[in-house]
Amino acid sequence: MSTVEDYVARIEGTCGAEKDVIVIFKYEKKEEAIARILKKAELKNNLSGIIYELTFKGVSFRVYSSGKAIFRSIKNRETLNEILAGLLF
Amino acid sequence: MHTLSQESTEMHEGAREKIAHFINAPDSSEIVFVRGTTEAINLVAYSWGIHNLKQGDEVLLSLMEHHSNIVPWEIISKLTGFSIKYAKVHNDGTLNYEDFEGKFSSKTKLACLSHVSNVSGVVNDVKRIAKVAHDHGALMLVDGAQSVPHMPVDVQDLDADFLAFSGHKMLGPTGIGALYGKKALLEKMEPFQGGGEMIKDVSFNQEKGRCGISWNEPPWKFEAGTPNIAGGIALAEAIKYLEHLGMDEVLKHEITLTEYALKRMQELKKVTVYGPTDVKLKCGIIPFGVQGLSSHDVALFCDNFGVMLRSGFHCAQPLHQVFKLQSSARASFYIYNTTEEIDRFIDVLKEMEQF
Repeated sequence: MSTVEDYVARIEGTCGAEKDVIVIFKYEKKEEAIARILKKAELKNNLSGIIYELTFKGVSFRVYSSGKAIFRSIKNRETLNEILAGLLF
Repeated sequence: MHTLSQESTEMHEGAREKIAHFINAPDSSEIVFVRGTTEAINLVAYSWGIHNLKQGDEVLLSLMEHHSNIVPWEIISKLTGFSIKYAKVHNDGTLNYEDFEGKFSSKTKLACLSHVSNVSGVVNDVKRIAKVAHDHGALMLVDGAQSVPHMPVDVQDLDADFLAFSGHKMLGPTGIGALYGKKALLEKMEPFQGGGEMIKDVSFNQEKGRCGISWNEPPWKFEAGTPNIAGGIALAEAIKYLEHLGMDEVLKHEITLTEYALKRMQELKKVTVYGPTDVKLKCGIIPFGVQGLSSHDVALFCDNFGVMLRSGFHCAQPLHQVFKLQSSARASFYIYNTTEEIDRFIDVLKEMEQF
């Protein structure tokens, strides 16, 4: 059974007052991860297939074709894991 | 004493001489090898600060300092009880000299100031502040992390008591840097870390059951353990290359690029440049923001096109508080950048503005 860890290489807090969280997908899994996310989340905006602005269960986030995603206003790591699990599976 | 060890020692000490010459230090013994600017400032804090700063004394900093020139002083102020005063920065990111100079008093023992802000690129007149510091009997520490790689720096002309810089910002490897300190000060300072090389003698006293220790001479007194020999030699090689180009030429090239980038950024409707835009006041660093996007969004978007920016506080949160910013994106230039690359950077920003 797949887990979030199968797709995610690292999760980092951003440096800045925003306190956003950056999810870095595994290089070999990034395209699959992005495809799964695009199927589940609601697309709000998209620029040239490089940046996607999305929402999922009230959470706003942006996904980059380079295999990174920025999540805003995430309460804690458990909440993020739940959202990622919902998006990826 | 074998041949290879002699050769490596000669190269390592030769590197020290090269570094001393690069910043016009009078003597190579005034150059201490460190991991980088952060370790250099921590060395001064722990080897000089803890032993010389006490309750009632004051250290002056500015609000544009990198965290590495704030945190060590805040840490040791809690240990010895001295006070710290922060000089103001104008809204455009330039130093408020009147405020800085007005904070000096007979209590001031040390002033610390970035030569160049790592956020705004503002060049500070550290020579002016050093003069005021010395008039008050205080020492002057210059954070040269962003100046030594980008412009001619002469420690004798600046009359800096300490100057810290890093190798990785000037074509050298990571994990190597240097602290310049005036010989008379280094001689009086206590060691930073204990271990081999930094001692002259360690003898066990049978009666006391303890070891008596005497310190080596500077700079080795501050270099405990096996040094980063390869790093020091590589830094000196980087310096040779920079000297070959000429630091005046390095600065000239960066100013040309900065001026060009600032001019082209005016074409952008959603981009705001922070800090001064007069290249007479700054070096090759441009902090900016894009309307509707966080600095991290900007950096990630640019990354897709091979344009590498830094985003966030850049380890200078107080300056972002002055700018009233949550964070910023930062473009920076060096000798290897070209106007064609700036054109590409502008094209990427224009694409981003479509979002």
